[in-house]
Amino acid sequence: MTLTLPQQSKPPSLQPTGWLRYLSFSVDHKVIGLQYLVCGFAFYLIGGALAGAIRTELTSPVADFMPRDVYNQVLTLHGTIMIFLWIVPVVNGAFGNYLIPFYVGARDMAFPRLNAVAFWLIPPAGLLLITSYFITGAAQSGWTAYPPLSLTTPASGQIIWILSVLLLGGSSIFGGINFIATILKMRRPGLKLMQLPMYCWAMLGTSILVVLSTPVLAGTLILLSFDIVAHTGFFNPGMGGNVVVYQHLFWFYSHPAVYIMVLPAFGLVSEILPIHCRKPLFGYTTMVYSIMAIVVLGLVVWAHHMFTSGTPPWMRLFFTIATAFIAVPTGIKFFNWIATLWGGKISLNSAILFSCGFIVNFVLGGITGVALAQVPFDVHVHDTYFVVAHFHYIVYGGSVFVIFASVYHWFPKVTGRMLDENLGRFHFLLTFIGFNLCFAPQHWLGLNGMPRRVAEYDPQFAFVNQISSVGALLMAISTLPFLWNVFASARSGEIAGDNPWRALTPEWLTTSPPPVENWAGEPPLVTHPYGYGIPADQIDLKDASGSDLWSNGR
Amino acid sequence: MILVLGGLWIGQNINLLPVGASVNAPIYDELFRVLFSIGTILFVGIVGLVVFSLVRFRRKPGQIGDGIALEGNLPLEIFWTAVPAIVVLFVGLFSYDIYERMGGMVPLAHGGHGDSQATEERVWGGIGTAGAMQAGSEMAVLPLPVEVTAMQFAFLFHYPEGDIISGELHVPSGRPISLKMEAKDVIHAFWVPEFRLKQDIIPGQPTLLNFTPTRPGRYPVVCAELCGPYHGGMRSTVVVESADDYDAWFQANRKLPVSEA
Repeated sequence: MTLTLPQQSKPPSLQPTGWLRYLSFSVDHKVIGLQYLVCGFAFYLIGGALAGAIRTELTSPVADFMPRDVYNQVLTLHGTIMIFLWIVPVVNGAFGNYLIPFYVGARDMAFPRLNAVAFWLIPPAGLLLITSYFITGAAQSGWTAYPPLSLTTPASGQIIWILSVLLLGGSSIFGGINFIATILKMRRPGLKLMQLPMYCWAMLGTSILVVLSTPVLAGTLILLSFDIVAHTGFFNPGMGGNVVVYQHLFWFYSHPAVYIMVLPAFGLVSEILPIHCRKPLFGYTTMVYSIMAIVVLGLVVWAHHMFTSGTPPWMRLFFTIATAFIAVPTGIKFFNWIATLWGGKISLNSAILFSCGFIVNFVLGGITGVALAQVPFDVHVHDTYFVVAHFHYIVYGGSVFVIFASVYHWFPKVTGRMLDENLGRFHFLLTFIGFNLCFAPQHWLGLNGMPRRVAEYDPQFAFVNQISSVGALLMAISTLPFLWNVFASARSGEIAGDNPWRALTPEWLTTSPPPVENWAGEPPLVTHPYGYGIPADQIDLKDASGSDLWSNGR
Repeated sequence: MILVLGGLWIGQNINLLPVGASVNAPIYDELFRVLFSIGTILFVGIVGLVVFSLVRFRRKPGQIGDGIALEGNLPLEIFWTAVPAIVVLFVGLFSYDIYERMGGMVPLAHGGHGDSQATEERVWGGIGTAGAMQAGSEMAVLPLPVEVTAMQFAFLFHYPEGDIISGELHVPSGRPISLKMEAKDVIHAFWVPEFRLKQDIIPGQPTLLNFTPTRPGRYPVVCAELCGPYHGGMRSTVVVESADDYDAWFQANRKLPVSEA
């Protein structure tokens, strides 16, 4: 930290320094990134506790753990918190704010104050949502809030839910505008778009989706609140409204929301794998094009959530094909990652293990996704535990695994200390086993007739539900070594040095932790962010095996 | 090769689904087996590659060098763009075929015009729906009409032929059934896992659902759309009986003489 000399010559800042700046309206992108991360993780623990309550209720086929209306409040809060307060803010806000200015060679985001506003919308929105449970009772209609159910359940909880989601959507839009402006306009002179690290492309695509689709959700929820408060009839069939229109508008945002949750994760994995495999990212150009293809296709698949909602046949056919074709660009990315692994010198550390856990889980989630895209298949398993299993494989097995991989990867950058690798591998093992034990059996439950969002079910499913609950318990326990690791290592972990991974991307070409202005001098110009590896003709023949040479000849 | 054969074998022998009890259940199961085979091959293949890479290319103690500087390979990229595209296209066409055999591609029923209802009627159902809807009275066997009312938190089945109101759905095996479904309050869904059939029942949108049960027995009718606190308890039973048993039940419960029209 001897490089922060310029600060000393400035007059003392009005911004607090030290740890207090993490509680302030700081405009430093690194502080805001960490604010997003820690705040998101706090909400993850709350959402996880709610998931624990759900799994406890489901250990027995009768509704005996909590009243039925409370159960519906719990599942609504679980979904809303995990999506809007944990995954979306963390994969976009936390890592985006921390990394994007580094990657484009800027000293901060394009609009630092808007950035701080975007973050500070989140804690009040989250507290509003959670306190609604204690004051008026939370919303009971699921995170989808389908009318007429959302019109007939207690209005106060539903209105607070709408307000909270509107605030969070606003935060998301501010963030998206900021990322687009930063990536397109704040690049260091000389840095071309096709030289940017992959995470920039992922965030560009994600932010386009955010800016295009989130306002639709906002408008929809405002109409819904009119229906509740002012007794208008937009979605009220009793007054000539149409409930299917709500579903179209809702899913026009909420399907792209899935890509808002996983595209940044794709970007983060693309940063982590090459560094720990000591190899260039395979197929940079196709990775960029596949992100953009996912963005375009992601906007035209929403009605696959509505195959049983009285959708006309031509629409079912169109959305089947569009949805299934998303598998093609997604598949390209997965094959490219495997090709990045192939022939590398892979350090089997926690970051790599979580990244590979992500690949395995997401492939399974993707395969069930293509199956669900097929109308005849979906008609049987729609709204069942099969779907629950599918999307947890995508958002937990996908995004959350990547969040953990990213924490292990960037912790040395943020704190200057290493995390304990043995505890990290133990954390991975517990999480991976617990996750699969929890969600894999739910595929069977859905196929055999257990609908989702029920507090009571056919007793024949009791045993499999208990297995699933044991998996959930393992997942809950797995956060303990992680939390211990983070707190202990932040105090007394091994000193990391500035660049423990010998990485080439710009955030590592400064001190750890970085100074307020990111680099002491000129920002470095990194035109080959993935320039790892030895050219094939220089490989030490004693160290190389036949397949190394062969794979180069492909 | 072993992978492909193994995947096909598993796909053919997998038994994860409940018994099939309607005409479209075996068609559905055919699709399921194909999807399961393809999915198994892909999943095992990709996981195998990941695990192999992690083991084979792991950094051994003492190694400090880099991997090879391999930035990309265009033919390989084209290969793994084209193969998934072809697989997806095949799956799409196959499921379209399945969908058509289930009667899914029938255009919207225009029978609703006779009722001068402004709302559209949606049709989705098993094989025979197309014939039932288009040929109407030319059919050898008329579909049995049943009116379904879904409300918080029960299904009511009304048989217009005998003015029977029942909490259980009794249907004769082998005869097409035509459900006219209406929701009174919020969205519900009619799901019989053994029929592989689900349809949302949306308030303000009367919905027609046709199917033909084949296997006598008692199967659950499950509401599959969150409809309120007792959503999990909103269940009923469909009793599929032989034609004689059904007639006996019908005669015992009917209130109106059957019109011979």
